[in-house]
Amino acid sequence: MKPIYLDNNATTAVAPEVAEAIQPYYHELYGNPSSMHLFGGQLHRRIEEARAKVAALIGAEPEEIIFTSCGTESDNTAIMSAVESYPHKRHVISTRVEHPAVLSFVRHLARKGYRLSLVPVDAMGRFDMDFFMKSLDENTAVVSVMHANNETGVILPIEEIGAILRERNILFHTDAVQTTGKIPINVKGLPVDMLSLSGHKLHAPKGIGALYVKKGTRFYPYIIGGHQEHGRRAGTENVASIIALGVACELAQGNLKIEAVHVARLRDKLENALLEKCPDPRINGDTSRRLPNTSNISFEYVEGEAILLRIDEFGICASSGSACTSGSLEPSHVLRAMGIPFTAIHGSIRFSLSRYTTEEEIDKVIEIVPPIIKELRTLSPYGKERIIKCS
Amino acid sequence: MWEYTKKVKDLFLHPKNVGEVENPDAVGEVGSISCGDALKLSLKIDKETGKIIDAKFQTFGCASAIASSSALTELIKGKTLDEAQKITNQEIADYLGGLPKEKMHCSVMGQEALEAAIADYKGEAPKPAAEAHERIVCKCFDVSEEKIRRVTMENHLTTVEEITNFTKAGGGCGTCIPDIEAMLRDIWALKEVPKPKEPKKLTNLQKIALIQDVLEREIRPRLQEDGGDLELLDVEGSKVIIAMRAMCVSCPMGGVTVQSIEQKLRELVSEDIVVEAR
Repeated sequence: MKPIYLDNNATTAVAPEVAEAIQPYYHELYGNPSSMHLFGGQLHRRIEEARAKVAALIGAEPEEIIFTSCGTESDNTAIMSAVESYPHKRHVISTRVEHPAVLSFVRHLARKGYRLSLVPVDAMGRFDMDFFMKSLDENTAVVSVMHANNETGVILPIEEIGAILRERNILFHTDAVQTTGKIPINVKGLPVDMLSLSGHKLHAPKGIGALYVKKGTRFYPYIIGGHQEHGRRAGTENVASIIALGVACELAQGNLKIEAVHVARLRDKLENALLEKCPDPRINGDTSRRLPNTSNISFEYVEGEAILLRIDEFGICASSGSACTSGSLEPSHVLRAMGIPFTAIHGSIRFSLSRYTTEEEIDKVIEIVPPIIKELRTLSPYGKERIIKCS
Repeated sequence: MWEYTKKVKDLFLHPKNVGEVENPDAVGEVGSISCGDALKLSLKIDKETGKIIDAKFQTFGCASAIASSSALTELIKGKTLDEAQKITNQEIADYLGGLPKEKMHCSVMGQEALEAAIADYKGEAPKPAAEAHERIVCKCFDVSEEKIRRVTMENHLTTVEEITNFTKAGGGCGTCIPDIEAMLRDIWALKEVPKPKEPKKLTNLQKIALIQDVLEREIRPRLQEDGGDLELLDVEGSKVIIAMRAMCVSCPMGGVTVQSIEQKLRELVSEDIVVEAR
C-alpha cells in the first residue's frame, strides 16, 4: 500500500531529481573537497554551486550560507554564536512555541545563568508584541523567533520583530525550517541576522541544513576543528547532501507557486470537508497567517494516538499533539501555550501536505477520516451525545 | 512509534464489549478527559451467584487504553466479584501480550475502574481522591500518595520513571519527583530490601588517589567556572582538609560549597568522609 503521506512538516520525500543528482557522489566522486588533487579538489566548485543555489532561494549572498548537519545544528549554532560574541550580554529572548531545537537550547542557557524571556502567544498562536517590547533591554544578546510554527503553521511577524531589533542593534535569529521552500523568503528585505533551514523539510535528504549569517554579523563557530566553511563550521563536507540541498532549493524556488496555489487548495479542501463532516471540530491557529500546507484540527472527545493508529491502517500518515504520541505524558507545548483546552489538545491532528500530495489522496482522506472519528466517539464516554450529529 | 503486540492492535481495531450495559448493576468511572484518558465500566451482575454476566466499557484514550479496557471486560466476564477483585493490572497487561512500559498506566486504569465498579455495587460511594482527604502528590495528573504506594508495591517498582509509567505521577511539571523519590525510599525501607553489598575497603593510598581524582574532575572545574578554586592540603583518616582559593576565599556561599564537596566525596569515595576547610 502506498502511503498517503500528510506528515510533511515532520519530514518530506526526497525529490526524484535530488535523488538522481546525488548518485555520483557516493561511488564515483567520493573525494575530499579539501584535497590538493583534482579528484577531490574539483568537488569544492560543486559545493560552491550548491551554496549559490541555497543562497538564491532566500535572496542571500553565497558567502552568507554555512552548511550544517541539520536544522537543530543551525539553530544551536546561531544562538550560541550570538551569546559567545556578546559575552557581557546575559539575556536571551525566544517564544513559548519554538521547536525544541531552540526552546531546549535557550532553556539550557537559562540553566547556565542566562536570563530568559519566552514571549507568549494568544489563542490563535499569534506573537505577543507587547510582552516582547517589554522584555527587551540593553542586556539582550539575541532574539530567536521561529518564522512559522511547525505544529500549527502559524506565521510569526518576523519582519516587524526584526525591524525593532535592528533599531536597537540586537541580534535576530529566525528558525525558518518550516517556511523555507514553502513561502517566499528574501533576506534582502528581511531584517534578520541569522536564519536556519533544514534540507529534509524541503525534499532533500535528512542530515543536511544551512545557516544564513548576514555579512558583518559577529560569528563564533559551534563546531570547532578544520578550516571547512571558512572555519565557521568544521568537519569534512557532507558533499552528496550539500549537492542535494542545492538541487532541492533550486526546485523549491521553481515550485513556490505550486505550494501557494495547489497545496493550499488541497489543504483547504481537506480542512473544509473535515470541518463539515465531523461535529465539534476546531482549527488550531490563525488561518489568516498560516503556511499553505498545514492544517491542525482538534476532534474533541477522542484521543489523537487512537485516530493516528486507525488512519494508519489505511496508510494515512499524520501527527498529533496528544500526550500519548509524544513519549512523555505532556501534550503539545505549542497548543498549551495557545491555551487550547486539554480536551482539544488530546484530539489534535496535524495534516501537512507537500507538492506531491494529490487530489485523489485528499479525497480518500476525506472519505476515511470522518467515520473513524465517529467510531472512536462511540467508544468514548464523552462522545455519546455527539454521535447523532456526526454524518 | 509504539511497539504494540498483535493482541493490543486487534483489541484496539476491533474492540470487544464497547458501550454501556443496560440497567447496569455497577458502574465504575476513572480518569478524566483533561488527563488524556478516562474509562467508564458498566457491569451486569447476577445477584444470587455474584457472577459478572456482562461487562462493557467506554474509553477516551490511546490505543493501549482502549485495548486494556477491552481486555479487562474479557477477563472479568463470567467471574464472580470476588474472583474479579483479585485481577491485577499485570494480568491485564499479560492478557495483551504485554504493553510498552510507558503505557502501563493504561492497565492500572483498567484495574481501578473495576475497583470503582465493585465499590459502587457494594454501595460504597465512589470517592474522588481529593474528597477522601488523600494527599495528592502529582497535581498535574491528580495522583494520590495512596495510589502511588499501592501500585509501587503491587508491581515492585523501584524507580521514579517506572512509577511515572504506571501511574503518570511525575510525568507533568516534575515538581513532585523529589516527593516520589522520598516515597520510594520509604516504601522499600519498609520492605527491607537487601542493601547493596558493602563497597570494598580502600587502602589509604587508593582513598587519597580517589579523593584527588574526584576533586579534579568533579569539583574544581565547577568552582573554576565561577572564578573559584580549592587545594587539597591533607587527608587524615576520613578527614579531608582543603583550602579554598581564588574567589572561593571571599565567597559568602563558602559553607554551602564545603558541604556539597563533602556530599560529593561521600557519594563517590566513602560515606564517612568529613571535609574541613582551612
